[in-house]
Amino acid sequence: MALQPGKSFQDLILTLHNYWSDKGCVILQPYDMEVGAGTFHPATTLRSVGPRPWRAAYVQPSRRPKDGRYGENPNRLQHYYQYQVIMKPSPPDLQEMYLGSLKAIGLDPMLHDIRFAEDDWESPTLGAAGLGWEVWCDGMEVSQFTYFQQMGGMECNPVSGELSYGLERLAMYVQDVDNVYDLNFNGRDGLDKISYGDVFLQAEQEYSRYNFEEADTAALFSRFAECEKECQALLAKNLDGNKPTLALPAYDQCIKASHTFNLLDARGVISVTERQAYIARVRELAKACCVAWSNTAGGRA
Amino acid sequence: MSELLIELFSEEIPARMQGKAAEDLRSLITNGLVAAGLTYEGARQHATPRRLVLSVEGLGEKAKDTVEERKGPRVDAPQAAIDGFLKSTGLALEQLNTQDDKKGQFYTATIKRAGRTTTDVVAELLPKVIREFPWPKSMRWGSGSLRWVRPLHSIICTFDGAVVPLEVDGIKSSNVTRGHRFLSVGEISVKRFEDYDAALHKRHVMVDEQARLQAIRHDAKNLAMAQGLELIEDEALLKEVSGLVEWPVVLMGEFDERYLSVPPEVIITTIKNNQKCFNLRGPGGKLANKYILVSNQIAVDGGKEIIRGNNKVIAARLSDAKFFWDQDRKVKLEDLLPKLDAITFHAKLGSQGERVKRIEALAGEIAKTIGADVAKAQLAAKLCKADLVSGMVGEFPELQGLMGRYIALEQGVDAEVADAIRDHYKPQGPSDTIPVSKVGQAVALADKLDTLVGFWAIGETPTGSKDPYALRRAALGVIRMIIENKTKLGLMSTVSSADSKLTFELSRITGMVDWHGKQVNQQHVDLLAFFADRLKVYLKDQGARHDLIDAVFALGGQDDLLMVTRRVAALSNFLATDDGKNLLAGVKRASNILKIEEKKDNKVYRGDVNPGQLIKGEEKSLHSAISQASALARKAVEAEDFEGAMKAIAKLRVPVDEFFEGVTVNDKDATFRENRLRLLNRIREAVAEVADFSKIEG
Repeated sequence: MALQPGKSFQDLILTLHNYWSDKGCVILQPYDMEVGAGTFHPATTLRSVGPRPWRAAYVQPSRRPKDGRYGENPNRLQHYYQYQVIMKPSPPDLQEMYLGSLKAIGLDPMLHDIRFAEDDWESPTLGAAGLGWEVWCDGMEVSQFTYFQQMGGMECNPVSGELSYGLERLAMYVQDVDNVYDLNFNGRDGLDKISYGDVFLQAEQEYSRYNFEEADTAALFSRFAECEKECQALLAKNLDGNKPTLALPAYDQCIKASHTFNLLDARGVISVTERQAYIARVRELAKACCVAWSNTAGGRA
Repeated sequence: MSELLIELFSEEIPARMQGKAAEDLRSLITNGLVAAGLTYEGARQHATPRRLVLSVEGLGEKAKDTVEERKGPRVDAPQAAIDGFLKSTGLALEQLNTQDDKKGQFYTATIKRAGRTTTDVVAELLPKVIREFPWPKSMRWGSGSLRWVRPLHSIICTFDGAVVPLEVDGIKSSNVTRGHRFLSVGEISVKRFEDYDAALHKRHVMVDEQARLQAIRHDAKNLAMAQGLELIEDEALLKEVSGLVEWPVVLMGEFDERYLSVPPEVIITTIKNNQKCFNLRGPGGKLANKYILVSNQIAVDGGKEIIRGNNKVIAARLSDAKFFWDQDRKVKLEDLLPKLDAITFHAKLGSQGERVKRIEALAGEIAKTIGADVAKAQLAAKLCKADLVSGMVGEFPELQGLMGRYIALEQGVDAEVADAIRDHYKPQGPSDTIPVSKVGQAVALADKLDTLVGFWAIGETPTGSKDPYALRRAALGVIRMIIENKTKLGLMSTVSSADSKLTFELSRITGMVDWHGKQVNQQHVDLLAFFADRLKVYLKDQGARHDLIDAVFALGGQDDLLMVTRRVAALSNFLATDDGKNLLAGVKRASNILKIEEKKDNKVYRGDVNPGQLIKGEEKSLHSAISQASALARKAVEAEDFEGAMKAIAKLRVPVDEFFEGVTVNDKDATFRENRLRLLNRIREAVAEVADFSKIEG
């Protein structure tokens, strides 16, 4: 059966998978940890460091505890899907490829107004920065398009091109629905139809309560400290004689620390001044992990 | 005479950078051409989202031949020096000439250079310009090392219709480009600007940004008029939008009328800032529920989908805004105040809540001084920051103040108080107005003075170009409110009062000092000097002489900025008269004599003149004139009648002139001499009632 990206959320994902697979990307599955954005996946963060060519595409469930609205806002979610493409070195026709992907999911550039509007990207937690655009389709931001210049504090050479699609928003546009929970998830009709709300509404309600009210802050504070400590300890042992390196397990701890911080932030227990200090602590971990990765057999030339 | 055409074709250039980049391209290339000895008649530059374009017309084909005479080492100089000279000139020894001067014989070289061809010059110049281009922000891409604002794809460089061969980071110049991203297929070859411009126009690219801008303006107005509406013009937006499209297609969208219940500024902000669309007014000037959007696409369905999409985005945003507006109205501004305690204003300066309490108290005091309604000023100050925790300002921070006013009006707060809530951020820059009402001024003054005093207390004052808290703007705001409104406000006492409200622990960097008989904090003296500096900048912009401002400030104890400006004005008028000019000369003469004699004798001639020792008529009449003039001037100054004070001082002109004519100061008799020197000092003292004349130039 032909895919119907304009009718089904999962077909939208499958269409993008097919499209980017055809462009030579490794189609990965989501990273099995809680992250705030697709960029945190080691397939982007770590693979954008160092000289080796790399192409990958994947869906990454992203958690933004502060964005939860108890399932009551038609646009905001504390858990949503990002579709992430990374190409290193960035190919000269990346813009054309990207436009091709929009066409594949039913956004014909001859019918829509597609624009590249200046938007430079920066992630203080990852020590990362890049130049690029937010891509507008008829006045709506549908993707982020970035040429990485820096990751983990290190200059990117070669430069990776990163595309990041907000899948729910894109689906709402192509399915023409105004409420994310009304999205058709499986593309069936009548009783067979399963909506986005059927899949995620309960979770949005529960996690909003957890994120804002119930997450154990004392435990979170100590978890943050533990993750930081373990990350540093692993990095200290990273290049230990002939044993395998430990850059990836260390980076896992960095990811955990970052998500723990996001939860604490949502609980409102981190003051404005402390906030910067926590972000800086995560950044130091990310930087050290990127440096460690660049010295591993997988990361170096 | 021929034409040079350059096109640098890249991925989308940020709109805000296009104009400057095109100008930089023109000046860097034309300067480089001129430096290479070429002449040209004219140059035009253009920018679109994807290209920088330059055409240089009437450009010569070859630079002029040049001859340079260069002096070399002496003929008996060490061989190394002679070899070095030969190397630098590229000549052989027998090609050198010799010349004699006083010290002996030396070599000279005549270096003839054939002018380079324009093609050679450009082939070297353009790659250098590209590599060193002054983008405010640039990037690398792929595996290359070239930096450009976004990936650079192709370079057109033709001279007299032929390609100038050059290469930058693997990009070879050509005469080929592409048209509109979606509305054109394939490549086109060009020769000169004329056919380039025409070929691109055919392929839906308007190269000239002015043409795009005019097209948008024209079509937008027409579309609006056809619906009986009026375009709300916005030059900055127009410029930005014409930098976002290569082929503008103007369309009209609309939103549900029910959103018009939201304050119009919110709708305007959403549509303009977030969506880069133009707002429309209906008959009677009311905001319409339609708007103008500018797309970059001639869509196959006539733009229906594009309009539908834009409407959807705007509806979602307005629906959020309406939700916030409906929620925000329900909560009394006063009930939001406790939330301000949770917002840190600055780590060392406490919370917004604490700040509001300080501003409230200070606004009350200032209101009393400047004759504003004290209760209203206090209420406005109390509520002025409440909207910071409203949903709307959380979403649209640029609406701070304005939302406070709307919410206040909804909740039946007095209109003057509501206006003051909106206006207390004013003036936000040199082109912004000051608050209209005295109540608004009181709160605005209190807000700014609290900020200034706070940052001075923690030592975070502006240095050089760094002014992260916009303290210069705050000080200028205070100055403008005082002067434009002719407000009398003793700054030192107001600053002290503001400081006394800082309740938190401060590690004071400085101690107390004597300031014209008062004990004040050194920081406040510094802050006052900062105001004096800002006032100087302000008055200079208004055309006042900086030396006159110095002459008034040098009097010391000047903390009433209105009085300072009045003194400066009176002094300026006085010095424009004959009396003023002559008196200034007389005073300068007296000061100079004193300076010389005081230095010679190593003592200062102060103190009273002994009238019994005045023997000459001229010195007697000067003495009595000084006594009268000083007394009159002082009285006038006390009454703040500076013109009157100048008039009183002006009476000294004749006696001073006559004194210098008829009396020898340095008399042989030491007693007479000292007495006369004291009389000269009295002149200096008398005019010091109005200004320190030693600071006045000329």
